Amino acid sequence: MNIALLTSEIAVVILALLIIVFDLLMPRQEARRSLGYFAVCGLLGILVYTFNQHGASATVYHGFFVVDKFALFFKQLFIVATILTLLFSFDYIEGLTHNTGEFYALLLLSLVGMMVMASANDLLTVFVGLELMTIIFYILVGFDLRSSKSSEAGTKYLILGSAASAVLLYGMSWVYGFTGSIVLSEIAAHITASPAMLLGLGLMLAGFCFKMSIVPFHMWAPDVYEGAPIPVTAMLAMASKAAGVAVLLRVFLVAFADLQAYWLTIVSLLAGLSMIVGIIVAIWQTNTKRMLAYSSIAQAGYILSGLLAADAAGVKGMLFYAVLYMVANVGAFAVTTAVNNQYGSDKIDDLSGLSQKSPFLAVVMTVSLLSMAGLPPMAGFVGKMYIFMAITDKGYFWIAMLGLVMSMVSVYYYMLVVKVMYSKEAKNQQEFTASVSLRIVALISLIATLFIGIYPGPLAELANAAARSLW
Amino acid sequence: MNELIYTVAFYIFAAITVAAAFGVVTKSNLVHSALLLALCFIGVSGLYVLLQADFLAAVQILIYNGAIAIVFVLGTMLTRRSSRHGTNDTEVNIPSRVVTLVSGLFVVVTLGVIATTPWHYSSGVIVEDTPSLLAQLILTDYMVVMEAAAVLLLAAMIGAIVLAKGVEE
Repeated sequence: MNIALLTSEIAVVILALLIIVFDLLMPRQEARRSLGYFAVCGLLGILVYTFNQHGASATVYHGFFVVDKFALFFKQLFIVATILTLLFSFDYIEGLTHNTGEFYALLLLSLVGMMVMASANDLLTVFVGLELMTIIFYILVGFDLRSSKSSEAGTKYLILGSAASAVLLYGMSWVYGFTGSIVLSEIAAHITASPAMLLGLGLMLAGFCFKMSIVPFHMWAPDVYEGAPIPVTAMLAMASKAAGVAVLLRVFLVAFADLQAYWLTIVSLLAGLSMIVGIIVAIWQTNTKRMLAYSSIAQAGYILSGLLAADAAGVKGMLFYAVLYMVANVGAFAVTTAVNNQYGSDKIDDLSGLSQKSPFLAVVMTVSLLSMAGLPPMAGFVGKMYIFMAITDKGYFWIAMLGLVMSMVSVYYYMLVVKVMYSKEAKNQQEFTASVSLRIVALISLIATLFIGIYPGPLAELANAAARSLW
Repeated sequence: MNELIYTVAFYIFAAITVAAAFGVVTKSNLVHSALLLALCFIGVSGLYVLLQADFLAAVQILIYNGAIAIVFVLGTMLTRRSSRHGTNDTEVNIPSRVVTLVSGLFVVVTLGVIATTPWHYSSGVIVEDTPSLLAQLILTDYMVVMEAAAVLLLAAMIGAIVLAKGVEE
């Protein structure tokens, strides 16, 4: 037994509880901004601490909860995503609700769920971590009580998400029923290609694909992304998706590795479909968040296609892509938040004239979108290259070609947004303001996207080490 | 003789569970559906008893019937509505023929899978005192999961309060 391995999770829970207590103790009329800064500082401390856990590869109690490089990589990704999201959304959250303390606390608790998922080494921990994360997201999506869209999105996400969780759990029960174990390594030892096993595998794949919004399990994503408050949308797109990738990788590559012949074909179809649907439908969107939702479906397809390689190179590509996707999304959502703070809506039209009003934010948005489209020298290009190279080695040339063609198409609709920012006249001459913390986050996103794109070595090295720890 | 009684009991409970579950979906009155759901839970707990999982059976009845199903019925009755007919109508949204076809197909696939799978039978011995064994497992092997579930309950409670309180004017 080694409780010390749980330190970072426990620390985040304590941080969330402290925020609730401070929220209660503070005078009612006092601004809650300090709570946000407190959360950010606490998370920074925890992030620094997680580097201390590197090198350790151990489990708490019989291998149910493992801390290895793979888990740490994802935990650090989640923590960074949460810090950046908090930083760019202070103004937005204060305008959204009076319950800011609860909002921060719930966001941190959902982070705990993701961290548990990254470390989960058995189906039960996977499920509880997943539920901890999603149930909090049901609440956060509907947090904007004055907006009927937000409530609708919350209800939709609750119903569809519960159905998906039920499917996932049903699949797990089949796997447990056949192999007699829920620990991933023991499942791998008892696995045979029996009908029960394949049914369980299929149901679990469907459940995970729902969380990652892979076509055809993507129906919820556009509505929920559009209705949810922007920081929640950002977390759904970056962190919740990455958490889905983390458990999918561990479950499929550790437990179900022997059944590769069966799931590879299905995964290739799902990835291909997601790329096509996500990118084609995005062209007609007029709402920034909805456009980013479809773009996130396509990006999930790119990430999933890395699984086809089923080796360390493919996983490295997926981890690398998850990071650069997070970085690009932070930039895009920060700008969306700034525009929303200004005009109170998230239409793509609201971006018009941004290049004159705030040239810096327009550049950040452009770089983020082009990184998602995969143009060099942005990070997206390198990420796609790693994934496509890995799967071409394994004979999935057609998926790589499809991905390439679809990237070209996606440049078109990302450029439409850029065109709105640069060539359309601003609607009014109002002064454009954005808080310092938001500008800092935008700057971080800009620098990181370009840095990873030009000098991908260090991150690739980290992703490689994390990927190798799965085998 | 014992074997026969066991088999008969199994089929009775299984029939109750399946029939009640079927009723939950087909009844057009939400209260009827909720009460049938309670019956379905009772059938499942009967199956647990046959599997020697006595503690689990008790928990199933206490929590699923005593708490969830009852709250569900109360909640439905407390919402204002003159007639409860058609409160659980699926016909309006999706044509029931499609639903029947899809769920029927799923049942066929499931039955086929059960019939064709070479199942392994557990060689474990019957545990006499399940609660203490469960308690030990929960507080040792499954400690992380239990703590995570505790955090989940706390978060759900906070969220429920915030959402139920509504907007302050």
